[in-house]
Amino acid sequence: MSPPAAPSAAAPSVARTVIRAEAVERTLPGVVPVRLVRGVSLSILSGEFVSIQGPSGSGKSSLLYLLGLLDVPTAGRIHLDGVDTSGFDEDDLAEVRLAKLGFVFQFHFLLGEFTALQNVMLPMEKLGRLAPAARRERALSLLFDLGLDGHETKRPDQLSGGQRQRVAIARAMANDPIVILADEPTGNLDRASSANVQEILKRLTRERGTAVVAVTHDGDFARAGDRIVRIVDGRIEGEG
Amino acid sequence: MMLGLRIALIHLTGRKRQTVMSLLGIALGVAFFMAVSALMRGSEEDFISRLVDSAPHVTVSDEFREPPEQPVLAAHPDGAVVLRGLKPRTEVRGIRGWRQKLERISALAGVRAAPVLTGQAILTFAGKEQGLTLSGVVPDLMAGVSDIDDKIVEGSLAALDADPNGIIVGKGLTDKLHLAMGENVTVSSPTGLVRTLKIVGIFETGTTSIDEGQGYVLLKRAQILFDRPDRANLIVVQIDDPYGARDLATRIEALVGYRAQSWQEASDSLMSVLLIRNIIMYSVVAAILVVASFGIFNVISTVVMEKQRDIAILKSMGFHARDVRFIFVAEGAAVGAMGSVVGVLLGYALMWGMSVVEIQPPGSSQLVNLPVYWGVDQVALAAAFALVSAAGAAWIPARKAGRVHPVDILRGGMA
Repeated sequence: MSPPAAPSAAAPSVARTVIRAEAVERTLPGVVPVRLVRGVSLSILSGEFVSIQGPSGSGKSSLLYLLGLLDVPTAGRIHLDGVDTSGFDEDDLAEVRLAKLGFVFQFHFLLGEFTALQNVMLPMEKLGRLAPAARRERALSLLFDLGLDGHETKRPDQLSGGQRQRVAIARAMANDPIVILADEPTGNLDRASSANVQEILKRLTRERGTAVVAVTHDGDFARAGDRIVRIVDGRIEGEG
Repeated sequence: MMLGLRIALIHLTGRKRQTVMSLLGIALGVAFFMAVSALMRGSEEDFISRLVDSAPHVTVSDEFREPPEQPVLAAHPDGAVVLRGLKPRTEVRGIRGWRQKLERISALAGVRAAPVLTGQAILTFAGKEQGLTLSGVVPDLMAGVSDIDDKIVEGSLAALDADPNGIIVGKGLTDKLHLAMGENVTVSSPTGLVRTLKIVGIFETGTTSIDEGQGYVLLKRAQILFDRPDRANLIVVQIDDPYGARDLATRIEALVGYRAQSWQEASDSLMSVLLIRNIIMYSVVAAILVVASFGIFNVISTVVMEKQRDIAILKSMGFHARDVRFIFVAEGAAVGAMGSVVGVLLGYALMWGMSVVEIQPPGSSQLVNLPVYWGVDQVALAAAFALVSAAGAAWIPARKAGRVHPVDILRGGMA
C-alpha cells in the first residue's frame, strides 16, 4: 500500500519511522477558504525530539493536530507506524490515538474533578489492556518518575502549573505511546518548570525511544531537541 | 462503560443543587402519575364492581333481538315480497315457559338464575304517593343472584316467604315518607288492583334512585298485582366469573331464544366513557413527566456546555463519540432512576393519604373511602416512562457532546 519510504538522512540506523506525512494539506472551508497547512512532507523517527517553530498563525498547531490524527488532512496522507490512516473514520482514529499517541497541551487540560492519579489512569482504563491493579501501579510509578510522589490524591486545582503539566505528561505516557505530541508544553510555565518539562521529555526519547513532537515558541526548548522544523505560512521553510 | 458511569456520577455530584432540583421534578411527576392513575384505576374498578355486584351479570328479558321472520318471507326468500303496516300479535307479556328455561339456564356450569316479574306500581302512604319499580322475586333463588340480601339493614329477604303480603323497600323511601318496619302501605298497579302490604325489610344501597324507587315482593304477589298469572318477564343470571358474562349471554340467547343481555352490553356507553377517561388521564400524567424531563435537559445541557474542555480532552485521548454520548445519557438516566425511586416512595405516600380520605359521593348517602388501586403495574409504568423521558431529554445534549471536535476546543484554548 504505502510507497517506498524516504526518511531524512539524519536517522540512526536502529530508528524506525513512526509518523510520515506526505504532501499534507489542510484547508478550512468557507467563502474565503483558509489554507492552514500547505503541502507538508515530514517524517518523525522513533526516539527523536522534533520541535516545530514558527510565527503565530503559521499553521504549526494545525500541523501538530494533523500529525496527531486529531484532524484529518484535506489532501495528502499520514502514515502512523507504517499504516496509512487516510481511510480511517473517526472511531478508527480514536482507537489509534488511544493506543499509540499521547498529548500534552499548553493549558494542562486535566479533568478538574479527578485526582492526579485518576487522571493518569484514565487512558489505561479506556484502553483496558492492563488489569486494574496493574493500571494503578503503572500510574503511581509514572507519577513517581516525574517527581510527583505525594501529590497522587491531589486534584489539579491543588497543584502548581509545573506539577499539572507533569501530570499531563504522565497521562500522555500512560499507554506507552510511540509518539507524544506537545502543543506549547512550556508556554504557561516559569523558567525552572520549563527546564524540568524539557528535561523529562528529553529523557523520554532517550530511555524509552518515544518520539516527541513539540510545537513551541520557546527557543531554549526548541534547541534542546534533535531537530527544528520551521513553519511559515503553512509551509516548511527549513529544518535544522 | 464503568469509566463512563464514574465520570457521569462526578458530573452530577459536581452540581448537587441542580441535580436535586431536576430529580425532584421527576420524583413529583412519578408521584402524581401514580396517585392520579391509582385513583382513576381504583374508581374504575370500584365502579365496575358496583356495576357487576348490583346488576345481574346477564339478564334474560321477554324480548327478542330480531323480530320473528314472517312466513311469507320464509316461503319466498328470493321473491320480491314487501310487507307493510305489520303489527305484532298481542299476547300476554312475559317469558313463555320460564320454569323450563330457568332450569336449562341453571343447569349450565357455574351459573345461578332466578325469575323476576317486574313492573311499575304506586305506593301510597298518608296521602303521599311514590312511583315504584316493583320486582316479584323468589327469595331463595334471588339470594343466589343478587347482593340485595347484604344490603338489607332491617328485616330480611326471607321475611317475604313468611308473610306473603310483605314488601321490602329502600331506606330513601322510608325516610321520605316517614315509614318504619311493620307499617302498612297501599300499592296500586297499572291494572287497577290495589293491595295493602306490610313493610318487612328495608335496604340501603347508597344509590338514591334505587333506595327511593325500588321495591321487592313475592313473585306470586307480583303476578297477582300485575294480573299476569304464572309469568316472569326476567330471568336474572349470576356467574362466578363476571367477565365471562358476554360469552354466557350469547350461549343463553342461543339456548332460550329470548334476548340475553350481559352487564357489559348494558353499560356499553359507560365502558367507552371509562376508556376515554383513561386516555385523558394518561395523557395528562405523561405530560407532567415530559415537563419534568425538561429539567434534566437543562442540567445536562449546562454540564455539556461547561465540560467542553473535558469532552475535548477525552476525545483527543481516544474516547469515541458514543463513549461521550453514553456519559451524558447515563447522567440523564441516573437522575431519572433516582427520581423514580423517590417518586415511587412519594407516590405510595400520596396513595395512602388518599385512601384514608372519606368523601360523600354526589347522589349517595354514605361516606366512602377514595378507591385507590394498589397494583404494581402502574408503578412500573410511571418509572419506565420517567426513565425513558429522562434518557430522551439527556440524549439531545449528549448528541451535541458527541459531536464536539477536539481541535475546535483546543484551538480556542490556545488563542
